[in-house]
Amino acid sequence: MTSTIPRAKQWQQRAQSGDRVALARLLTLAERGGDEFAEVHPSIHAGNGRAHRIGFTGPPGAGKSTLVEAYALELRKRAQRVAVICVDPTSPFTGGALLGDRVRMNRLTLDPGCFVRSMASRGWFGGLARTSEDVADVFDAVGYDRVLIETVGVGQSEIDVARAADTTVVVLVPGTGDAVQAMKAGLMEVADLFVVNKADRPGVERVVAELEEVLQLRADGAHKPAIVQTVAMNGEGIDELSRCIDEHREHCAASGQLATRRAARAAEKVRRLLEQALRDRLFAGKGMERRIEEALQSSEPRSPYAVVRELLQELGLVSKETRKP
Amino acid sequence: MDPLDPQDKIRVLVAKPGLDGHDRGAKVVAAGLRDAGMEVIYTGLHQTAEMIVEAAIQEDADVVGLSILSGAHMTLLPKVKRLLDEKGAGHILITGGGIIPDDDLVELEKLGIGHLFGPGTALERIAAYIRDEVGKRRAARVE
Ligand SMILES: Nc1nc2c(ncn2[C@@H]2O[C@H](COP(=O)(O)OP(=O)(O)O)[C@@H](O)[C@H]2O)c(=O)[nH]1
Ligand SMILES: [Mg+2]
Repeated sequence: MTSTIPRAKQWQQRAQSGDRVALARLLTLAERGGDEFAEVHPSIHAGNGRAHRIGFTGPPGAGKSTLVEAYALELRKRAQRVAVICVDPTSPFTGGALLGDRVRMNRLTLDPGCFVRSMASRGWFGGLARTSEDVADVFDAVGYDRVLIETVGVGQSEIDVARAADTTVVVLVPGTGDAVQAMKAGLMEVADLFVVNKADRPGVERVVAELEEVLQLRADGAHKPAIVQTVAMNGEGIDELSRCIDEHREHCAASGQLATRRAARAAEKVRRLLEQALRDRLFAGKGMERRIEEALQSSEPRSPYAVVRELLQELGLVSKETRKP
Repeated sequence: MDPLDPQDKIRVLVAKPGLDGHDRGAKVVAAGLRDAGMEVIYTGLHQTAEMIVEAAIQEDADVVGLSILSGAHMTLLPKVKRLLDEKGAGHILITGGGIIPDDDLVELEKLGIGHLFGPGTALERIAAYIRDEVGKRRAARVE
């Protein structure tokens, strides 16, 4: 193409009119990050805010992917357009990743109202990739009504999703002591809704009771999270889940919480981008690395704190006043 | 632009088409390519040509890797190629593995299908082929 319109802009326009190849390219750009995406983000952002972003987190094997598929199918009955982002871990050793969530989402593949995108965490911890939110922004901007986000699910503190989502669903299963684990991992505080999946298995009442007990301790007076029992494999309880998710969204919109959350999310995003930009600038080229080595080379070993103070002074970020004894 | 900038991960969609219920081979290849530093999207068993193509597009895959046992290669592979071309995703490399007669290999190559590896091929060889081919295709791509 000889056009002078940047390719990202072209992809955006094409994606908006339903071109899935262009959408996929734009998602790759969002996932990669960098200046090219930054350039186009304002116009993506201008089209944001309509989609309901729903996060699904919980231990491995809890049935998150199966549940996401079942819920997406439920939304499709209501003619909602559904995007899915599923995150799996990147190997810290090879940089490669095996993204397997699609295996449980095959029924969405050929539906023109669905778009499923797998993401590798690419060295980011907290359950999402660094740019999962940007990918959600793209889906929102091109007209998806719901963006479902499945976290890595390795059972760590995957609380990033609460920042990326309007509604956070924590998925647990009977018989694994999940409620206690979830509490340790800080998931109790971020849950807007609990799903006890695999309700076809024994021990459901026990998990529900455990959850009820823990929730008693939550004194924040906020919307009390509902607890929904599901059998994701056969769709049982999915209508109830769907109702509770909508209820949460309505509650948040009516109480002003949605706006508060989104404002906090934006501020957090600015902080992170700023942090990253400063870090990138600080370590651009080899200058800083060399300077660190140099500062550490002295006849006696030097305290890293002293070196940092010296470097900050050189950068003009702290004053050179000498401390009084 | 460096077509193989490590920030731009090579993305490979691995699928097992056909009716048979074994995907051991596909899983081994998927894990091997992950260990070679690629992002491998595994879609599982019983994939139709339409599903493979649609998933590859959604995932912005560079490569579609198919594990073929059923002897359906002469219909399936050309169909995947044709659908990708039709949907504006002709840049995606189609490769895979299985027992495929030499004559068929020549025929498939003429249709624009990439190399198909015989059983037991070392994963390093497959990974090297993919890296090389994706590098060329990315460099040649105009958008
Ligand atoms: N018994 C039972 N098994 C389920 C249910 N939902 C999912 N599974 C199975 O649990 C396993 C893990 O599911 P998956 O969705 O991949 O879990 P994820 O790791 O949390 O995404 C799969 O074998 C599913 O078929 C359910 O409601 N009941
Ligand atoms: Mg999963």
